[in-house]
Amino acid sequence: MDNSIRIKELNMVYNGPDDDGTGLGVLQNVNLEVQGNEFVSILGPSGCGKSTLLKLIAGLEKDYDGDIYLGNDNPRYKRVPVCYMLQKDCLMPWRSLLSNVLLPIEIKNGDLKKARNEIQPLIAEFGLAGFENYKPRQLSGGMRQRAALLRTYLMDGEIMLLDEPFAALDEITRMQMQDWLTSVWEKHKKTVLFVTHDIDEAIYLSDKVVVMSERPGTVIGEIKIDFQRPRKREMILTSRFSDYKKNIIELLRA
Amino acid sequence: MKKLKNTGQKNKYKEPGLGIIPVVILGIFVLLWQALVDLLKIQPFILPSPIKVFKALYDERRLLLTHTLVTVGEALAGLGIAIVLGIIFGLLMGYYKPVRVALYPVFVITQTIPLIILAPLFAVWLGFGFLPKIIIVVLMCFFPISVTFTQDLIKPDEDMDNILKVMGAGKWKSFRLARIPQALSGLFSGLKIAVTYSITGAVISEWIGAKEGLGIYMTRAMTSFKTAVLFADVVIIIVLSLALYKLVEIIEKKVTKNLEYV
Repeated sequence: MDNSIRIKELNMVYNGPDDDGTGLGVLQNVNLEVQGNEFVSILGPSGCGKSTLLKLIAGLEKDYDGDIYLGNDNPRYKRVPVCYMLQKDCLMPWRSLLSNVLLPIEIKNGDLKKARNEIQPLIAEFGLAGFENYKPRQLSGGMRQRAALLRTYLMDGEIMLLDEPFAALDEITRMQMQDWLTSVWEKHKKTVLFVTHDIDEAIYLSDKVVVMSERPGTVIGEIKIDFQRPRKREMILTSRFSDYKKNIIELLRA
Repeated sequence: MKKLKNTGQKNKYKEPGLGIIPVVILGIFVLLWQALVDLLKIQPFILPSPIKVFKALYDERRLLLTHTLVTVGEALAGLGIAIVLGIIFGLLMGYYKPVRVALYPVFVITQTIPLIILAPLFAVWLGFGFLPKIIIVVLMCFFPISVTFTQDLIKPDEDMDNILKVMGAGKWKSFRLARIPQALSGLFSGLKIAVTYSITGAVISEWIGAKEGLGIYMTRAMTSFKTAVLFADVVIIIVLSLALYKLVEIIEKKVTKNLEYV
């Protein structure tokens, strides 16, 4: 199955209530290509339209010019199943962890009993074993985010759109989550588009970092990250890592 | 990653027993009241002492009970209808925006009409039987139920909406899975207001004209200067309202608990 993402000459203008009719440019001539099973981060200052870009890809907004292709499908005309996750975990507080995680299957009217058995190994892999009956409020921030990530993973799609999933976590938890995410991703391999404003996070996790400008957001640089996999935390102390970082900072400053 | 064992214990500690404080305050108030009446030698028909009130409560227990049953019957019938209608219209207004836009202002207007005008009108139209009383109770209780429910049903949560949409949930599924459970606490706070209105509503409508009930009993007590009986009447109204309130609290706890392991 083709799970690449291609974005061509994407433009989007937001017509707010109090502007002069020209509108507020959100995205300007965005071109982007993500290969199947590639991990790509989008890095940019806040308000540069990177979250909007994910919404467009997820098919949540359709008021734009240009084209988006997920494989051969265009989400403007057809619902393309993707996995989508936000900074906010969006777990339902009245549901147990397990029934939160199984929500995508419940929505598709899938076989919940079967799914419950099938995801046992995943529950363990996502570090949630033994907590199936806990309520979200009884879990730590990292666990809630992992539960949300597992729920995201169970949405049937080969493309994962992650919108700053770790931004609300403390530094140490965030580091653990990054280590864990790379290891899980290296095993399961889906196409990932990861929005962040954390430069280290982008370099450490990705095959490619796409840098966006301030509003109206456009791609101002793509940097291929050539570290081998599996990724190791020590990499962030190497001079190559610093070079990547320097590169990105220069792009963001320009 | 290792399991985080230090989580999930947060709600194990018990809340300190603050429930005792209002009881103490109430007790002090009653004592002061008694002392004041004794010291200033206030006439019982102006202000009866608490002891006199409780004596009246005991002496008149037979009559009070028959009248109480009538009032409770009216209140519960009206409340029941209001709950059913409130939930139905709450759901309709929460789900369909046009319904909300059309009905909401109308419901608000019904609340601005003084009951003291409506009650005698209903008596003129429908007589002194149960029906006008039940209608008044419905009018009073329907509004808080439907409005608080609707308000919570339409509370925006764009992130949750988007996640559900990407998962493939349509409008009704999102509504059922996210909106309704989220709005239950609003529904219950509306119910709590409604139950306290229900007894008062029934009493007021009886006040205007009835054959039986606490309201008409009150007016009789007043015109014959049996102020202690009037107060006894009030004590019963307070106890009934509190009991209904408590009942809603218990049901709320049960429902939220059952919701937990869907």
